[in-house]
Amino acid sequence: MPDEKGHFGPYGGRFIAETLMEPIEELRQAYERYRDDPDFQAELESDLAHYVGRPTPLYFAQRWSEQLGGARIFLKREDLSHTGAHKINNTVGQALLAKRMGKTRLIAETGAGQHGVATATVAARLGLECVVYMGSEDIERQAPNVYRMRLLGAEVVPVTSGSRTLKDALNEAMRDWVAHVDNTFYVIGTVAGPHPYPVMVRDFQAVIGREARTQILAQLGALPHALVACVGGGSNAIGLFHPFCKDEQVALYGVEAAGLGLETGQHAASLCAGKPGVLHGNRTYLVENSHGQIMDTHSISAGLDYPGVGPEHAWLKDTGRATYVAISDEEALAAFHALTRIEGIIPALESSHALAYAMHLAPTLAPEQGIIVNLSGRGDKDINTVAKIEGISL
Amino acid sequence: MSRITERFALLREQGRKALIPYITAGDPKPQVTVPLMHALVAAGADILELGVPFSDPMADGPVIQKACERALAEGTSLLDVLAMVAEFRRDDQETPVILMGYLNPIEILGYQNFAQQAAVHGVDGLLTVDMPPEEAAPLVVACEEQGLDRIFLLAPTSSPKRIEQICALGSGFIYYVSLKGVTGASTLDVDDVSLHVANIRRHTSMPVGVGFGIRDAPSAAQIASIADAVVVGSALVKRIEQYQDSPEAIPEEVSALLRTMREAIDAAKNI
Repeated sequence: MPDEKGHFGPYGGRFIAETLMEPIEELRQAYERYRDDPDFQAELESDLAHYVGRPTPLYFAQRWSEQLGGARIFLKREDLSHTGAHKINNTVGQALLAKRMGKTRLIAETGAGQHGVATATVAARLGLECVVYMGSEDIERQAPNVYRMRLLGAEVVPVTSGSRTLKDALNEAMRDWVAHVDNTFYVIGTVAGPHPYPVMVRDFQAVIGREARTQILAQLGALPHALVACVGGGSNAIGLFHPFCKDEQVALYGVEAAGLGLETGQHAASLCAGKPGVLHGNRTYLVENSHGQIMDTHSISAGLDYPGVGPEHAWLKDTGRATYVAISDEEALAAFHALTRIEGIIPALESSHALAYAMHLAPTLAPEQGIIVNLSGRGDKDINTVAKIEGISL
Repeated sequence: MSRITERFALLREQGRKALIPYITAGDPKPQVTVPLMHALVAAGADILELGVPFSDPMADGPVIQKACERALAEGTSLLDVLAMVAEFRRDDQETPVILMGYLNPIEILGYQNFAQQAAVHGVDGLLTVDMPPEEAAPLVVACEEQGLDRIFLLAPTSSPKRIEQICALGSGFIYYVSLKGVTGASTLDVDDVSLHVANIRRHTSMPVGVGFGIRDAPSAAQIASIADAVVVGSALVKRIEQYQDSPEAIPEEVSALLRTMREAIDAAKNI
């Protein structure tokens, strides 16, 4: 747990403009009040079961495990939840909170579009206005998700400043929030931002790890040797890791996007190749230059293309509880194809980074050992990107 | 007494209100900034607010964001901004200069190193948009040690408890953000600003400056009738943008705009 001001060691905190300090404090108080409220929890659990489709399966990827040789690999199937990714766990929670706070308008930022779709989905269901900020480059990369959001009734606002990706969308959403704090709830999609977002989003995503822990004990009869999850902002990874943090024998691996290679500077690996700094309301590891300017990042996966990371990951790295590694675009693509062909599951390019690391890890372990890989989302949204790389026009 | 406090004391004696122009250092080219600073002083600026360009200026509107992008494209770093202040000081020992920006470029230098260098180069005060009092202690201490004023923002949403806390922590003057929104937003409710400024004055004897939403001479004059200082940013930066392709014209064009605000403020006082 962080301290009362939201610090994980030196990371986290609240680094925002004065105008947002009262609204964020109002949010913290509301969250503190409802997180232990039986009615709130009952409604959340009911929504997760009947709307999201939880629990998601823990699937033993037998053929893939056999081919790799070594540990048994289990996939936590977040791709099977409503809207196709883990993002919905969090937006359901935040939207229920927004409703109780009397807010009528949801805003969100999105990279790959999964968080935008999840926010637009819950807004439609609750009858709330919804505006989603998205970098214009990402709008191009993720056209199907943009259309999905519009079908759901959300306004998708293209952001043309800076690198035209997720970080700029986040800046723009913050600006909107400053201007409309009275009626607007900002649904942040990852475990970053000012306190209480990193804790709140983690708590909403921890359902992944709670389920996985029960499921692996039932299926393997033991705790797994390792957990593997991709890390952009880091919400699916924290969601899986958190309920296992006290199980010291379970190794935690967070997989960042090495893009074209860490040495090229064209990556999004803030923990593997960045430095601590302050951005988007928290202190954390950042991809920045020697003057403290935030650098443009690169990843084949729009959802990982972010120069920061959640502050709890920064702390897990410094304390050594979790290990962070990076996987290149090329390796992620290879894993994307491998899982699709061997198991009949098309993974998101984000999740493909975690899958690629599992391909390195599994052969070094024994067959009685288990690895849980978080399959954070499905790859339907990415087929245009993959096809384009292969010179196929759909 | 700091250069900022001295300046406000002098203005009070004269019965005048402070005019504080904001420009982004290095916009559109680094060599424009120092001549522009002198031109602004000649046109009636009492204190200069120099923006340190940052890649992600979250609390600023599109006008200042673009200014940051222009300055960064020219490679303007925080160290370059400090060098500009030193160059300005060679000819002007009187006019206070405040740096305004975001925390990350300062983090990279280290708080003590930054404060030391800022003082040596002739900076008088610091305003960091994304550092509320809850996180400010280490940087406040570093600035205090070097005699730099710590200017904090208050917003329409600030509670009485926060107003008290921020007034206790700040020095030089208090900067009231006149609206919920980013810099350069359009709506300015003068009655509402007046109420908030009066409320702030119950908590502090420091001068109160007002910024955000002041776009022309009439709005500058209105705010001057309420506050001790008027901060103008986006309106000037927009003028810089208009002349980005002929930078040699910028000092004259921008200071001409500032002069109309100066005249309106001084005329309003005599009504």
